[in-house]
Amino acid sequence: MREFAYQRTTQIRDALSSVARHDGARFLAGGTNLVDLMKAGVESPARLVDIRSLALGGISESPDGGLVLGATATNSAVAADPLVRRRYPALSQAILAGASGQLRNMATVGGNLLQRTRCAYFADPSEPCNKRAPGSGCSALGGAHHNHAILGWTEHCVATHPSDMAVPLTAFDAVVRYETLDGPGEVPLSEFYLPVGDRPDRETALPDRALITAVVVPAAEVAGKSRYRKVRERASYAFATVSVAAALDVQDGVVRDVRLALGGVASRPWRARLAESALRGGPVTAERISAAADLEVAAAEPLRDNGYKVTLARNLIEAVLTDLAASSGAASGGAAGNGAAGAGEESDG
Amino acid sequence: MNANGITAAVGEPRPRVEGRLKVTGSAAYVADVPMPDLAHGWMVTATVSRGRIRDIDATDALAMPGVLGVLDHRNARRLNPDAAHHFGPDRGLPMLQDDAVPYAGRPIALVVARTPEQARAAASALRVTYDAEPHDTEFSMNHPAARPASTLFGPEADTGDLEAELAVSTVVVDEVYRTPEENHSAMEPHVATAWWEDGHLYALDSNQGPFSISQVMAMLFFIDRDRVHIRAEHVGGGFGAKTICGAQIILAAMAAEHFRRPVRVALTRRQVFLAIGSRPPTEQRVRIGAGADGRLRAVHHHAAFALSPLAEYIEWCTEQARTLYAAPAIRTELSAVPLDRLPPCTMRGPGATPGSFAFESAVDEVAERLRIDPLRLRLLNQPAASPVSGRPWSTRRLITCLEEGARRFGWAQRDPRPRLRREGNLLVGTGVAAAAFVAGVFPASATIAAETDGTFSVRVGASDIGTGARTALIAVAADALGVSTERIRLHIGDSDLGPNPGAGGSRGTTSCAFAVTEAAKALREKLDDPARPVTVTVDTTPLINWRPAEERNTYSAVFAEVTVDPATGEVRVRRLLGMFAVGRVINPLLARSQLIGGMIGGLSMALHEESVRDPITGRLVTADFAGYHISAHADVPNVEADFVADYEPQDPSGFNGLGEIGNAGVAAAIANAVWHATGTRHRTLPISLGRVVETAAPRDRQEAISAV
Ligand SMILES: Cc1cc2nc3c(=O)[nH]c(=O)nc-3n(C[C@H](O)[C@H](O)[C@H](O)COP(=O)(O)OP(=O)(O)OC[C@H]3O[C@@H](n4cnc5c(N)ncnc54)[C@H](O)[C@@H]3O)c2cc1C
Ligand code: SF4
Repeated sequence: MREFAYQRTTQIRDALSSVARHDGARFLAGGTNLVDLMKAGVESPARLVDIRSLALGGISESPDGGLVLGATATNSAVAADPLVRRRYPALSQAILAGASGQLRNMATVGGNLLQRTRCAYFADPSEPCNKRAPGSGCSALGGAHHNHAILGWTEHCVATHPSDMAVPLTAFDAVVRYETLDGPGEVPLSEFYLPVGDRPDRETALPDRALITAVVVPAAEVAGKSRYRKVRERASYAFATVSVAAALDVQDGVVRDVRLALGGVASRPWRARLAESALRGGPVTAERISAAADLEVAAAEPLRDNGYKVTLARNLIEAVLTDLAASSGAASGGAAGNGAAGAGEESDG
Repeated sequence: MNANGITAAVGEPRPRVEGRLKVTGSAAYVADVPMPDLAHGWMVTATVSRGRIRDIDATDALAMPGVLGVLDHRNARRLNPDAAHHFGPDRGLPMLQDDAVPYAGRPIALVVARTPEQARAAASALRVTYDAEPHDTEFSMNHPAARPASTLFGPEADTGDLEAELAVSTVVVDEVYRTPEENHSAMEPHVATAWWEDGHLYALDSNQGPFSISQVMAMLFFIDRDRVHIRAEHVGGGFGAKTICGAQIILAAMAAEHFRRPVRVALTRRQVFLAIGSRPPTEQRVRIGAGADGRLRAVHHHAAFALSPLAEYIEWCTEQARTLYAAPAIRTELSAVPLDRLPPCTMRGPGATPGSFAFESAVDEVAERLRIDPLRLRLLNQPAASPVSGRPWSTRRLITCLEEGARRFGWAQRDPRPRLRREGNLLVGTGVAAAAFVAGVFPASATIAAETDGTFSVRVGASDIGTGARTALIAVAADALGVSTERIRLHIGDSDLGPNPGAGGSRGTTSCAFAVTEAAKALREKLDDPARPVTVTVDTTPLINWRPAEERNTYSAVFAEVTVDPATGEVRVRRLLGMFAVGRVINPLLARSQLIGGMIGGLSMALHEESVRDPITGRLVTADFAGYHISAHADVPNVEADFVADYEPQDPSGFNGLGEIGNAGVAAAIANAVWHATGTRHRTLPISLGRVVETAAPRDRQEAISAV
């Protein structure tokens, strides 16, 4: 690990100008990803500007009834927030399904969105990797890619985005707010992560040296009936193999609104718009849910060793929507949901 | 109570004597022991699977702050090329001797600096270039390089007419089973601090047997063993990975000599994965023929494992086939496949653990095809004597383990047909497996002194790697001397304490207990002499019967209940019960903890653990705990381990070792339960979700919807 300067500031402007002034300066939030990558030699910033003393830790209601999550609010604080739990249960569940209690106490909203892929070749500087060393090649393409992408990849990079939190945020049309020396800006999460293309090292639409200040989650009635389900290689403390954030609003047997996003399948949280539009406005039946799941994964292009993820993604979409449909039925006096699946992710990551 | 009114300590559930030190963080592990003038070495490992080092350019590294120097094949001292350990000569032991790279992860340089941070920074500035050569890391039992394995553990079995018995069998199971490369993953990474004084080598080293490590180090450095002094007071787990003389101590000793000061080499987790031997992958073909009556007629177990051409190694997978069941024909074969891979190293329950997965899965498949209850099949085929050697068993309480386990588990209510039990979306199944593990003792020496203050100093070169050996040996010594445990002062973990096998082969505690018991016996004969201290030393070498009339093993029966979500492939173990016959138990609290730990290791092996190598480069991709998954707490259910009454007649105190039997059998019991739940046999470990997830969505989901 190379030596670096450390600086802590209470003013957004100071933080911005410090990062602008110093080559190789980076914002430090919880440090749970950045410091690990520094130890591994993947990142070597010359200066860390600690942003945890900025007044960006709040969680508040926005005028339209949505929520504003401050960039340095911890993952634990967001997951435990009563408004989050009530209005966006899938968001709370997703955060709690990730990492560990200790890590979530440190990790922040902004850092979570900007965490890097868990591709093992990316984390090992002695391996070729286009994301870490542009032009060096993608080791995973022909290598060990059991847990890599099935959607939206190119031969330049087949990595997945590891965040759980970003999956429901994508389903809920969240917007990222940022600040630069030239003033504030915002970008919808759906456009925040760039398509892989031939430059997998360019990951986000965030302007160079911009500071994320908040993530705004718009009000949406459907989000109150949402669920996150994460499938991983062991019962806890592992990144998603495939995860699904879903919200379903059924009135009189008809889908009034539906939101669906997948984690663990692409370089960004994958908004399942095909499945959404297949379901929206129609009756909720097993056949239609099944057909919507099939439709969404029809575009999947599995690699040599990760075809199982296509099946898994398909089944998981079906399972979560079925559970949501069943529990909305139960609310109106219909059949009970299936206890075995469902919101069993409330426990520790 | 004995004649002096002292209650026997053996058999009592006593907590670890060093428990308080450990939970308060005050037990000093190797890296915790301060050392004046200490320098730190950072190991650099090869990044190609085969080839030659073209150049190591240390210009930048040497200019960095605190750097004392770089040791590599161009300036390192010569080591003995013929150094050997228990499997024979090991050409991997002499490090930094030439430019050859025999496997990715091979230590090729050591950067030494004043602080570990400086050494690490300089190591990353080292520019190493290679002339890579084509490598072969792809393991298969049909690999052209496959050859018969070493017969150091004795010849393989071949009794009866295998093909004739197979021909007349009603059913024949003929399947291939696979287990991946696995890593021990002990909590404490390997670390050593070494220094030289007057031609003597001193080292604190995290290992499982200071005496045997001192023998190897003496050979390597061309010095008398009496000049090598190795201590390992507290060791944070080993699971076999610390039975070998590790890179950390070899490099630390070389650097200490070169730089004329104490040097510590502490491996990172990644370096342990890359450079310290792992359990090799296995591929095993099992053929079993049985009659309609459920009697086994023919058993053929052919197991192959990967190793390195640098050293001999044995993954003795075929033990179960020659021990568990009677059959008129039994043949076992063991093949070794030399590849350009990290040399393997024994891992908890070597051979028996992967071997029992294959063999006890195949036995279950026989039951399936005969439509016989798998527990009944196992009980039906119990041998009165060894089916291979014909020798009687010294003690064999396997039937009791199976029957008592079945009773506690509620096996009698089980419907043997697969895929019948559902709870919501989940499929539920149960499975059983039996296991045997060869038992015995190795030579050890113990010294006991009756001190003037009425205490007894007991010196034995045992290792306590977290097993509770220290606590167990205090109890053994107290009973053997007929005094209370408070009067025992036990000294272990030091190569100067005399010959000792260390903690390995499930024989550490039994071997040391034997030596302590014999020394106590000898001492008691001298206690009438009023002079103090009185000291006796006993070496058990001449006392061990190497050709006993009976075969000596420990046994277990493992029962598992699992749930499987076929839509996601998630397998969860809901219950795990192990019944064990392990001789007389020295300390039921610690023994139970050992066995539960072993069972969790077996669970982890069944569902999670897998070292993945890049198919193109042969390099390890899963060299950390983010990539190499071990069961998390949430994966571990209610695990029960208990003992049946047992006594080992070959041991003066009735003891047997139990360090490894806990792991064996568990993976098969779980795999058999997964079959019972789903109707699908999983013959490749781990039973990960990608292998279990089912394409067809469960139809019962419709019910929930149609009611909406
Ligand atoms: C063992 C382990 C297990 C984990 N498991 C999971 C899991 O299961 N699911 C999951 O989703 N995540 C998991 N994580 C990842 C964890 O969620 C992230 O590390 C964490 O969210 C990052 O947040 P941070 O505040 O610590 O970011 P940091 O490490 O501080 O920063 C990460 C990056 O974001 C930049 N940054 C941070 N804040 C801002 C800002 N406001 N504006 C601009 N740039 C900023 C930093 O410069 C840096 O580049 C795991 C991590 C570990 C170590
Ligand atoms: S998948 Fe992406 S991150 Fe992984 S090696 Fe390829 S380029 Fe690098």
